[in-house]
Amino acid sequence: MSSNYLDIIRPGINTTFQDKGRDHLYHIGIPFSGAMDNRNYLIANKLVNNNLDSAVIEFAYQGPHIKYSGEKINFAVTGDVIFSIKKKDTEIEGKCYESYQIENGDEINIISTNKSVYGYLSLGGEFDLKFQWNSCSINTKANIGSNDGKKLNLGQRINLKKINSNKDIKKTNYINTKIENIRVIKGTNFDYFSEEGKKIFYEKQFTVSKLSDRMGMRLEGPKIDNIVNTNIKSEGLIKGVIQVPADGNPIIMLSDHGTIGGYPKIGVVASVDYDRLVQMSPGSKIKFKEINLSDAETLFKLYEMKTQNLLSQI
Amino acid sequence: MIKNISNLGDAALYCDFGNEVNKSINSEVIKYFKTIKEKKFEGINNLTPSYNKLIISYDLKKTNFKEVKNYVENINAEDSIDINSKKLEIPVCCHENFSMDIKRLEEILNLSREKILENFLNKEYFCYMTGFIAGMPFLGDLDENMRAQRLETPRVKVPKGSVALTEQFANIYTFESPGGWNILGNTPLDVFDSSKEDKPNLINPGDTVIFKEITLDQYKNYNE
Repeated sequence: MSSNYLDIIRPGINTTFQDKGRDHLYHIGIPFSGAMDNRNYLIANKLVNNNLDSAVIEFAYQGPHIKYSGEKINFAVTGDVIFSIKKKDTEIEGKCYESYQIENGDEINIISTNKSVYGYLSLGGEFDLKFQWNSCSINTKANIGSNDGKKLNLGQRINLKKINSNKDIKKTNYINTKIENIRVIKGTNFDYFSEEGKKIFYEKQFTVSKLSDRMGMRLEGPKIDNIVNTNIKSEGLIKGVIQVPADGNPIIMLSDHGTIGGYPKIGVVASVDYDRLVQMSPGSKIKFKEINLSDAETLFKLYEMKTQNLLSQI
Repeated sequence: MIKNISNLGDAALYCDFGNEVNKSINSEVIKYFKTIKEKKFEGINNLTPSYNKLIISYDLKKTNFKEVKNYVENINAEDSIDINSKKLEIPVCCHENFSMDIKRLEEILNLSREKILENFLNKEYFCYMTGFIAGMPFLGDLDENMRAQRLETPRVKVPKGSVALTEQFANIYTFESPGGWNILGNTPLDVFDSSKEDKPNLINPGDTVIFKEITLDQYKNYNE
């Protein structure tokens, strides 16, 4: 038995283990999964001296309340998150993007994400988790990954296999920028939509619906009219694809998406904006802005350079 | 042959093999899929073959559209590995406990239950693709007189193992999932098993499937 572990006092709404995800499995129907907001996932690991591909705890809206037992360990929280740390009789408010040291009996209470969706809790060490296809990412729809593919539950105990010997406290000044314009590349069925529908897509605001999760983000707003066919022969999907079913309301495929779909694709979110897209909470307004492929590639390169810079400064 | 290659977003290639759905076009898709999978091009991280399209996803940190397109255009899929397919018999129980949409099918198709089963069972179906949910096979083609549209309102929960029909296709729900296909029966076989990492899918693109009817008793005793 491991002598270092976490007890889940309150699991939170949708709390899972995530890492880099799993690839080469679309053809059998298994999506990437992995941390929704990749940049915040990487920073969380770096702040506690982990390998960058280590598993972290991802939570949405309300996070977990956990009690730690064992030898001293560092932890960090990333995202835009309100949380507290309880040590014996004192409770302090935690700050994101800073690592803290906790010891036997201390508690971390992740109260909520702030005007965003996902946050990350990393521990300086290695969770004792089952890997499936080289990833412990939990896909709750297919019950794949660690924890039998299920979200974390009340009363559960999570063991740590290893604690990092490097316990340096780290800190970075990162601010999650919020964006209203999501850049998109024209989809393969763009011409299925009426001129009016295309105009609406690029000029009007949409609202993120409550019916959004790790599989997809549903949008509400003016209807996008299809003039060709509201179904296509089912074909592959990737994350970021914006499908418009017959009701005219766009759905954006996210990390746990179905791998095949039969609705026309009006656009695809540029990779550069994916991390920020997933953080848009229900009620947020979205506007799409068209960019071409080469701009999308350049913007992603810059985004990736910025991520590497951020990591190298920690 | 690939008729056209375009980009699907900034991290995937959209290879279009045509608009029809038939075995010969789909076999081309599968041939490309298997060739590319075998060759392991640096940066390609996923392949999704479907009826008449192949989507090739790549890691934008490692490669880009131009490189992958150039690579795919110069592949020789003709002299590659043959399709190497299996023939599988799938037991299916069409007892009223399972055939939730038999009444609906009888009405839409204007055929009796017996006739529907006779048309469906003991025939060879080709697996065009797997996916949507893990391991779900898309099988075809059903006889012309067996083609029904999806339910107007999809079910929130379709039971695991359900064998269902829509248009010219049949499929099997590998685990409980939402779905709108017409349910005809249920198989006791595990069509997807995530504990078998190297071969989680029982049925793969290119395979041939024949449904064989079993009784409710045989169904109940199947896994014992």
